[in-house]
Amino acid sequence: MKIRFWGVRGSIPSPSPRTVRYGGNTTCIEVRTDNNTLLVLDAGTGIFQLAQTLLREMPLQTHVLLSHTHWDHIQGLPFFTPLFVPNNSVHLLGPHDVVTGTGVEKALQVQLQYSYFPVREAEMKADIRYTTIPPESPFAIGDATITAVMLNHAVVNLGYRIDCNGKSLFFTGDHEPHANIYDPTDAEYSDYQALIDEKQAAILKIIQGVDVLIADSAYTAAEYPRRKGWGHGTFDSSIQLGVRAGAKKVFCTHHEPTRSDDDLEAALAEALARNNLPPGGPEIQLAREGLEIVL
Amino acid sequence: MTTIATETERKLASAVERMPAFPKSVQRILELTRDINCAPKELVSVIEKDPVMTVKILQVINSAYYNMPSRIHSVGQSVVYLGLNTVKNLALTFAAVGMLPRFSSDGFDMQEYLLHSLTTAGIARQFVAAYAKGEVDPGDCYIAGLLHDFGKAVFAQFMPEEFSRALHESSQNGTPLHIAETEILGADHAFVGGLLVAKLKFPDPMVECIRNHHSPDFPPNAMMDCVRVANQVSRKLGLGKSGSRWTDTEPVAAPGRFGESFDVIIENLGDIDKIVADAQTFAQLGAAG
Repeated sequence: MKIRFWGVRGSIPSPSPRTVRYGGNTTCIEVRTDNNTLLVLDAGTGIFQLAQTLLREMPLQTHVLLSHTHWDHIQGLPFFTPLFVPNNSVHLLGPHDVVTGTGVEKALQVQLQYSYFPVREAEMKADIRYTTIPPESPFAIGDATITAVMLNHAVVNLGYRIDCNGKSLFFTGDHEPHANIYDPTDAEYSDYQALIDEKQAAILKIIQGVDVLIADSAYTAAEYPRRKGWGHGTFDSSIQLGVRAGAKKVFCTHHEPTRSDDDLEAALAEALARNNLPPGGPEIQLAREGLEIVL
Repeated sequence: MTTIATETERKLASAVERMPAFPKSVQRILELTRDINCAPKELVSVIEKDPVMTVKILQVINSAYYNMPSRIHSVGQSVVYLGLNTVKNLALTFAAVGMLPRFSSDGFDMQEYLLHSLTTAGIARQFVAAYAKGEVDPGDCYIAGLLHDFGKAVFAQFMPEEFSRALHESSQNGTPLHIAETEILGADHAFVGGLLVAKLKFPDPMVECIRNHHSPDFPPNAMMDCVRVANQVSRKLGLGKSGSRWTDTEPVAAPGRFGESFDVIIENLGDIDKIVADAQTFAQLGAAG
């Protein structure tokens, strides 16, 4: 299995001399399974660069798995060139939208409203299919098995585990570790904590033992208190999740758009100094646009 | 029979989707959500006090799509699984449906109904420590108490004329309300409430508790005992109105667990001032309807 980062930035693209090493595109990860099945995790602006490399493979079959439908994870979708080319097949998968009660097809339909984009879905030449994914029900695509789990973000966000011939990765999408909404002195505190513990154990069970964990690490520990409840993790929470899940490698992603390359490296170094890794603990790195991992 | 029940359940679920929430929760949700940093526990506390919002949230989280490993039957659990912001936005969509009128059905006052439901819920939860410790979850008793008469709110909203006739029959001739409902509407509120929570796949004791709270011969369980007696205490103390008149000759519904004296039960219950005050504030008694 091969993994390649095409976008590692959160919120909004941030091209700049200060972000040139880690990249300014929003989230997009290419996964190639052993039999070359193409899975794309999220469709942020990085997907456009990926699309350029796919021209020579057409006609192609691709599966785009959306963690959720916030802009920075779907912004590149209308610019995913394979959608426009006949004989291609694009399979869009993602979560159910609780608030509107609609499936993942809504994501593209909303983006392709004529006020926002000049091409209608009906004019796109590829064969487009949609699948709204139920959580915790593993399914197969090619030689990969995919398991989705609901994580904690402002909208329903699915984290995806991909297994292929004994190798595995987990991508959180956007995720903030669950926190107790009650004060320790409140009568409801312990019951609520028990619910959180149960949910976290269920999440951990799905991530357990992955070779690669790609985790939302938007904030530093110092920034987090003022951003609590915004639905994002920290460098520290990603490191700790990697340790608890027994991951071999952790890639911190969803870099803040205002954070320069130097600041990113400093932020990770500071978090690593604060969190003692156990012997044989995971290797922790920053996700970087263009970085390829071979498992 | 199964087909008829399934069809009724489907219609019922869809009716509840269209049902507006209570005025206080609509107002509080709109107030709280204007502040991006509103305290999550306050939001939960508002939803937990509104039977309509509670049922709607539980309908969403227990829908087939989410494939929950076990059924979710509390608002707190829904927040853990769906995320606070999603629950907040769901509550906003529920608020947008409008507010439940105080009088949809002649003779039935929604505020009084809510006060009765909230006090029954609070008392049932409080009973667990003294009478059913370790046998039942206090939170489940709260939900069962909150929803035990939910069928009445559904009747008032969707079959107002027939329900009004049942209320009239009960008050004029002394027929127990659930009997009058069965005669006039074809089913009583307990059956309708039970169907609804059965569709939500609530645990059996909760479904049985709501479905059979007027069936004295149904084998009792700890939750049913707590809810039945809480229902009686709420009626005896005149905490809101359930539509069922209280008479002092009514025996304790679960004497084996609670003894035979309401005076002793109420004394053992301890301080319920906070339950009553919270319920009154929420039900907005005295406010224009």
